[in-house]
Amino acid sequence: MIKFEQVSKTYPGGFQALNQVSFHVEPGEMVFLTGHSGAGKSTLLKLISMMEMPTAGRVMINGHDLRKIGRREIPYARRDIGMIFQDHRLLLDKTILDNVALPLLIEGYSMQEARKRVSAALEKVGLGDKLRHYPMMLSGGEQQRVGIARAIVNKPPLLLADEPTGNLDPKLSLEIIRLFEDFNRLGTSVLIATHDLGLISRLRYRTLSLKDGRMINDGLAEN
Amino acid sequence: MSLLFRSRNQGAQQVKISGFRRFVMFWVHNAQQAVASLGELVRYPFASMMTMAVLGLSLTLPATLYVVVKNTDNVGANWQQASEITLFLRKDLSAQEVATFTKRLSLSAAIEQVTWIDRDTGLAEFREASGFGDALNSLTENPLPDVLLVTPAADQRAPNAAQQLLVSLRQEREVEEARLDIAWLEKFEALIQLVRDGFLALALLLCLSVVLIVGNTIRLNISSKRDEIMVMKLVGATDSYIQRPFMYTGVWYGIVGGLIAWLATAVLIWWLDGAVRAVSQLYESQFSLQGLTFNEMMVLWLLAIGLGLLGSYVAVRKHVAAIEPQ
Repeated sequence: MIKFEQVSKTYPGGFQALNQVSFHVEPGEMVFLTGHSGAGKSTLLKLISMMEMPTAGRVMINGHDLRKIGRREIPYARRDIGMIFQDHRLLLDKTILDNVALPLLIEGYSMQEARKRVSAALEKVGLGDKLRHYPMMLSGGEQQRVGIARAIVNKPPLLLADEPTGNLDPKLSLEIIRLFEDFNRLGTSVLIATHDLGLISRLRYRTLSLKDGRMINDGLAEN
Repeated sequence: MSLLFRSRNQGAQQVKISGFRRFVMFWVHNAQQAVASLGELVRYPFASMMTMAVLGLSLTLPATLYVVVKNTDNVGANWQQASEITLFLRKDLSAQEVATFTKRLSLSAAIEQVTWIDRDTGLAEFREASGFGDALNSLTENPLPDVLLVTPAADQRAPNAAQQLLVSLRQEREVEEARLDIAWLEKFEALIQLVRDGFLALALLLCLSVVLIVGNTIRLNISSKRDEIMVMKLVGATDSYIQRPFMYTGVWYGIVGGLIAWLATAVLIWWLDGAVRAVSQLYESQFSLQGLTFNEMMVLWLLAIGLGLLGSYVAVRKHVAAIEPQ
């Protein structure tokens, strides 16, 4: 599903964020990505979502080399990847319905067709009754779940999450992870970047560990 | 179509929308975005009215100048008539021959009237008008030729026709030299041309400034929506999808700006017309300014919309593409 082959990324100015990283996430797998801040987690996710291009090596998604995707094709490729952010990136002046419907409207759905799927997605994250609310009227955990609903509303085969539990207490964090497990069970590949080692160790999923841009561990999390 | 996952059905294909419906939906979406852009403008009426007013008033000046030039052309067309051709006859002609020639010319259909100024009358007039009286007395013979003043028929007075008449008269045996005085007409033409060129240069400059002003306003709109644009790019919006609402904003600027230009031009012409009437009454003529015709108003409106669209296009081309998600 996601394949890194000797990938290095050096930012302009000389900072090397990733150094010869290789790994392979199988279709339908759920994988955690961990490391200290500055270890290269965000850069790795940005390479997958085509916000950055690697300096060396190859990034493949489902057998497609991302370097061969032209600038104009990037939007279409991103529609196959659901992305979830620590700061959830909701549009504050739009209702929850409009926020979650955004990826569908971009794809050419009419609002009536989108509404059904938005309701289903919000139902899945337990916010079926908040359609008409604005993001500011919701709690942090609820806002994060709206972000997840937006990421899964067009049923992408791949989910990326960057510190999805960063601002949440342990109980809410576990609820969010349980949501990802549900989607994973339906066949979606999931890659979650987090520095919450306590959370990972309890769950016993495959974990990729980065340190100073190098992959130092690929397997079950230690400690 | 899914780019990374070929077998994946998604989007419009999944809900099985026919090509025709998708075509219809494209226009429905465009209409929705146009209305949404209008709503955005109504929400910030002061800022948008300022831009629209700048656009409208910038077009008012060239439009008014255009009306003035158009009216000057009309006046010019009335004046563009060569009223007289002067024929200087050969000096060896007898009075009898001149009289016959005069008679012959006055029978021609192209000529309305012929006035004969014989050489002695001419000399007398010249003596009085020039003040060279004594010097002329010393001449042994009259140096002046007989002169015929020819007034062309009404349909021969346009510059071209008069010129042709002049050429044919010059070929007459009795004629030494023929003159058509259109120099003042040429000066008048040149003056109008000067005004017209000035008006064109001014209009071009103002149009350019309109494009820049609209472009700058749209640029500010884009940067105030930076976060929203980033989110849209992250969930897979193409540049053209993101650009469309801004382009519609530019079109709305043009639509309302064009209306403002109509109104302001009409007011300005009404005001100028008062002054023009006062002047033309002094000359005892009935003249009043002709305003914009329906077609010209439509051209002005399309121009305003075009400039609004161009300004927003310039801004979105540069600035929407420059925003990359982080």
